[in-house]
Amino acid sequence: MTDSKYFTTTKKGEIFELKAELNSDKKEKKKEAVKKVIASMTVGKDVSALFPDVVNCMQTDNLELKKLVYLYLMNYAKSQPDMAIMAVNTFVKDCEDPNPLIRALAVRTMGCIRVDKITEYLCEPLRKCLKDEDPYVRKTAAVCVAKLHDINAQLVEDQGFLDTLKDLISDSNPMVVANAVAALSEIAESHPNSNLLDLNPQSINKLLTALNECTEWGQIFILDCLANYTPRDDRESQSICERVTPRLSHANSAVVLSAVKVLMKFMEMLPKDLDYYGTLLKKLAPPLVTLLSAEPELQYVALRNINLIVQKRPEILKHEMKVFFVKYNDPIYVKLEKLDIMIRLASQANIAQVLAELKEYATEVDVDFVRKAVRAIGRCAIKVEQSAERCVSTLLDLIQTKVNYVVQEAIVVIKDIFRKYPNKYESVIATLCENLDSLDEPEARAAMIWIVGEYAERIDNADELLESFLEGFHDESTQVQLQLLTAIVKLFLKKPTETQELVQQVLSLATQDSDNPDLRDRGYIYWRLLSTDPVAAKEVVLAEKPLISEETDLIEPTLLEELICHIGTLASVYHKPPSAFVEGSRGVQHKRIPIRSGSGESSESQDTGGAPGATEAPAAAVIPSQGDLLGDLLNLDLTPPTSSAGAPRGPPMPMGGVDLLGGGLDSLLGGDIGGSPAMGSGFGAPAAVMPSSLNAPVGGGLGDLFDLGGGVGMPMGTFVPPKTLWLPAMKGKGLEIMGTFARRAGVIQMEMTLTNKAMSVMTDFAIQFNRNSFGLAPAGPLQVPTPLSPNQTIDVSLPLNTVGPVMKMEPLNNLQVAVKNNIDVFYFSCQYPISMLFGEDGKMDRQVFLATWKDIPNENEAQFQINDCHLNSDAASNKLQGSNVFTIAKRTVEGQDMLYQSMKLTNGICVLTELRVQTGSPTYTVSLKCRAPEVSQCVFQCYEAVLKN
Amino acid sequence: MIGGLFIYNHKGEVLISRVYRDDIGRNAVDAFRVNVIHARQQVRSPVTNIARTSFFHVKRSNIWLAAVTKQNVNAAMVFEFLYKMCDVMSAYFGKISEENIKNNFVLIYELLDEILDFGYPQNSETGALKTFITQQGIKGQVRLLLLHKHKYGNTHTKEEQSQITSQVTGQIGWRREGIKYRRNELFLDVLESVNLLMSPQGQVLSAHVSGRVVMKSYLSGMPECKFGMNDKIVIDKAGKGGGTDEAVKSSSGKQSIAIDDCTFHQCVRLSKFDSERSISFIPPDGEYELMRYRTTKDIILPFRVIPLVREVGRTKLEVKVVIKSNFKPSLLAQKIEVRIPTPLNTSGVQVICMKGKAKYKASENAIVWKIKRMAGMKESQISAEIELLPTNDKKKWARPPISMNFEVPFAPSGLKVRYLKVFESKLNYSDHDVIKWVRYIGRSGIYETRC
Repeated sequence: MTDSKYFTTTKKGEIFELKAELNSDKKEKKKEAVKKVIASMTVGKDVSALFPDVVNCMQTDNLELKKLVYLYLMNYAKSQPDMAIMAVNTFVKDCEDPNPLIRALAVRTMGCIRVDKITEYLCEPLRKCLKDEDPYVRKTAAVCVAKLHDINAQLVEDQGFLDTLKDLISDSNPMVVANAVAALSEIAESHPNSNLLDLNPQSINKLLTALNECTEWGQIFILDCLANYTPRDDRESQSICERVTPRLSHANSAVVLSAVKVLMKFMEMLPKDLDYYGTLLKKLAPPLVTLLSAEPELQYVALRNINLIVQKRPEILKHEMKVFFVKYNDPIYVKLEKLDIMIRLASQANIAQVLAELKEYATEVDVDFVRKAVRAIGRCAIKVEQSAERCVSTLLDLIQTKVNYVVQEAIVVIKDIFRKYPNKYESVIATLCENLDSLDEPEARAAMIWIVGEYAERIDNADELLESFLEGFHDESTQVQLQLLTAIVKLFLKKPTETQELVQQVLSLATQDSDNPDLRDRGYIYWRLLSTDPVAAKEVVLAEKPLISEETDLIEPTLLEELICHIGTLASVYHKPPSAFVEGSRGVQHKRIPIRSGSGESSESQDTGGAPGATEAPAAAVIPSQGDLLGDLLNLDLTPPTSSAGAPRGPPMPMGGVDLLGGGLDSLLGGDIGGSPAMGSGFGAPAAVMPSSLNAPVGGGLGDLFDLGGGVGMPMGTFVPPKTLWLPAMKGKGLEIMGTFARRAGVIQMEMTLTNKAMSVMTDFAIQFNRNSFGLAPAGPLQVPTPLSPNQTIDVSLPLNTVGPVMKMEPLNNLQVAVKNNIDVFYFSCQYPISMLFGEDGKMDRQVFLATWKDIPNENEAQFQINDCHLNSDAASNKLQGSNVFTIAKRTVEGQDMLYQSMKLTNGICVLTELRVQTGSPTYTVSLKCRAPEVSQCVFQCYEAVLKN
Repeated sequence: MIGGLFIYNHKGEVLISRVYRDDIGRNAVDAFRVNVIHARQQVRSPVTNIARTSFFHVKRSNIWLAAVTKQNVNAAMVFEFLYKMCDVMSAYFGKISEENIKNNFVLIYELLDEILDFGYPQNSETGALKTFITQQGIKGQVRLLLLHKHKYGNTHTKEEQSQITSQVTGQIGWRREGIKYRRNELFLDVLESVNLLMSPQGQVLSAHVSGRVVMKSYLSGMPECKFGMNDKIVIDKAGKGGGTDEAVKSSSGKQSIAIDDCTFHQCVRLSKFDSERSISFIPPDGEYELMRYRTTKDIILPFRVIPLVREVGRTKLEVKVVIKSNFKPSLLAQKIEVRIPTPLNTSGVQVICMKGKAKYKASENAIVWKIKRMAGMKESQISAEIELLPTNDKKKWARPPISMNFEVPFAPSGLKVRYLKVFESKLNYSDHDVIKWVRYIGRSGIYETRC
């Protein structure tokens, strides 16, 4: 017979029988009985009634029996405290036993009997055991102090056990040291401000020595303790790192992770230019990769930690993308985590590989995994701009599979891609619309509705589409309802004439028939906005949205810092601070990474609080999604792109939106009309925490815009002034015209940007010029693709010739224009740079130049100064050449460059100039001779404009 | 730290329950059963948080081991501990099964008492534990004859006792003193698993070898060992160190290998490895894993799989797969198995293969082609016609990769054992007297070719 029989006693009167057996005289029978009792206890039966009988078996020489009785005691002592006292004597006696194993067993078990009354009897034996000659007893006693502290902290302090425990840190036996460290660390956790773990260079040195000698578990205790230390300077930090790095080769993953924690933390203090810093970075990668060949559960822990490490120091693993590729047989939790890390590591260099993998994954079986893979493709598009196009086409391929959840997921991410790259991929909208009917998840429906609303002007039947959703309005989830409301309002603002009914319908559904306060309030706001000031409504609802950030799914930096200090622990697995899942005072301490402080500067240990080196949570550090919050308000409920599949979302975003509206609608409006201020504040928060400020790209983008205006199709670099506002919308009944002139390939072009800021569609455009100085006239009709729907902007280019009627204007380059559309005729005047009229044939022969120069009377000469021009003469010459101002000769006299130049206007007037450039001086002198002196002023203006551009 | 440890059978019945901390109540046992074991498919993480209590679990066959805590414990440590617990149990009573656990529950409690104190893992080396937890494990239904009387404590002499305690707590916790063998012998197994992911066009997408050096040592006393292999860093260093090591260089020459990373059993002096890259240690007695390593460069891929899949209309697939062996013709690969996935709507399969046996296994949705032996530099081919049922399922067949299993008598990483020297100064045997055996086995890990 074997022990398993004990599990199968189901007789009635069992307890009674056991009682008899326990009191038997025969040792074997007693033992059998106790085993039965323990088996019953294990499966959850209440055998506490046998307490006195079992305790009676305690006094025995048989160790197996003794241990079983102890096991019973530990379980039931709490429910029978008075009886438990009966056992005390035996314990005290056992603590004196000559056999160290028995002494240790007694002290270990006593600590587990969690009865207050026992504790006072425990003190004396414990004190002795802490000083026992045998290390086995000492290491057991060390843990016992922690046990006792858990029952009665005051007692431990009063009895001076803490000091004894501290002394054990200097014990000669490494395991005693390790257990003492573990016990002290645990006690210190519940006394955040005590200076229990008095870590100083001496004690650290002892710990590092013990580290080499103790068991794998002991190494973990010591490393975890080391991680709480703050080195005084970078030298100390380096020497600790040097002594910890060998642990990276340990077979035990927990030892490796704890070592990684210490290194990640202390690295922060090392100067970045130090050679050792680079070495350390290199040393970290291989062990982290090796963790991925551990058992799956450990892989999971490792991957959760790598996720943090990659966010903190992406450089460590940037070349290791391949090891995170998902294997067919990986458990699902490993697959999902790997996917996360793949996205984090995705960069331009490896994006092709990553995308190929993701595409494979998107055809797998597990729904969650496939969804995440699809989402990952979208995140790649947002993260790596160069890949966006490929990502979009991959997503379209996936949509073609018609697998329901794939389609839905793809639509959700495409919405984000639209927000990241506006006006780039909208051509796919038609494909998306085809799948409208198959969407059954709120998030996908909401995303699709957002797309329809946002691009209503491009979707012919937008109103029908939205109307179809409206039918089941009350059955939709809040997310969809809110989105539908916003989308219809957008649609109305874009196509007011046809959608009046629709908007009224949705507003009444939202405000009258809904119980949801978010929905109702948003409905009211729209209603009031629309009824009081439609223009303002437009500014709010159709405001330019800030671009979404690629890194919205990053962990907030202060939390990340804290989690880095918890590498290897549950906190790093949950990605939550310990306080989020640990009760009571334990773990509430927030750990921080020390920052670098120069040699010699001392900083106190963190446990004493207020370490000067510690990073204070930067006031500006806001959760990145805050940016989205603002974006949300402008855009009125676009869910942030993060939304990792399972993560519970906080309170719904619209709440925040409503709050903000209550407080600062005005300021928001004010800010937003200006366009960029709102954008700035929207991104201000993340920009403050991420050094690669997002403001820069915004500014750059603006610059790009100008470049674009001036740079398209001009091989010679003709000077094109930036577009200026010619016809404000106020005067144009909603039509706004910005424009400029350019000379491209010998043809003068009038380039205009027409914006429809009215609420109705514009058609039937035409243009006419008044007579002007050089006979400029449109060479063809104005080509405006009509209709120009509300809020739409188009660029048109009108070629001009110079054969029209001539009339001298004041100023000479003034042009009066009339533009007509279906609404009215509008007049405005603008000035063109005279350089438009410089012909390509303006280069004079040198001799002719000299002759002409002499020929033109001196009174026709005009002289101008151009200040603040920092080009050298060659550069200036090149620039001017681009605008058909030809340099004929160059002379250098006493450090002064003289350029002789000529140009020819379309009506045959020649202009000759002498440009003097004093090396090192920002002032140019232009002497100008022309038979028609009226043009001099214009030519001079154009010189200045060209040179300063 | 760990607050409690439970072992359940597949039905969720508790076999072992040991609570170390007050904050873990009896209801935790039930919470895990209800939320994890009975939930089966929905649990998608080895760490579960139920009502602020965290459960870590691992499964061995149909036995669940769960560690419970309410604190911010070192998660990696908890899993390492659970694995270690499994190792210790296996070392005592073999396979971890419900029957064995029930048969040995007293032993398990005794072990748990020893290796986990207040939730802190203590010495868990089987070698050391066996010196004082001497209950014999019970394997199966047969109770082994107790060779020794239960000698815990009382029967030990005082010297023996202190020897035990100093060993359990000491620097060399994995080996006891006074081991004696008439014949000093050691076995080294270099076990490698070679992993490959190849594109249909034969491009290596990823390949790596994860290897283990397993040692069985039957050595007397406290032998000091030194292990050497053709590690590139060591060889290069030796090469630079002057002409003395010319022999080493010429013999190993180019054949040194670049090891990406390696980890060692706790007996290896890591600081010494870190500074000198030498592997020195006092080995545990019996079998243990000396080191693990990983290489990614210059891997010898023993087999190449060339797939050709052609869809003939909507109801037929033609598959042709060629495998080529790529190693010395004198060597023989064994246990070769190629698994060719088939679509779910397969109705029938006709297979022709030149060598070995091939079968369509409908339950596994795959054609399994087995070849017992194959020499190096050979080639073999299988072709199959797969009939498909017409379906209106729009979802395309995902074409899982073709996977392969095999065993070859060499190390695909190119790793070679250069020496294993044994020094035991106190006993009178020298390195020459030790009989040493070295064996190389390369196995397929995840060896896949996409098709």
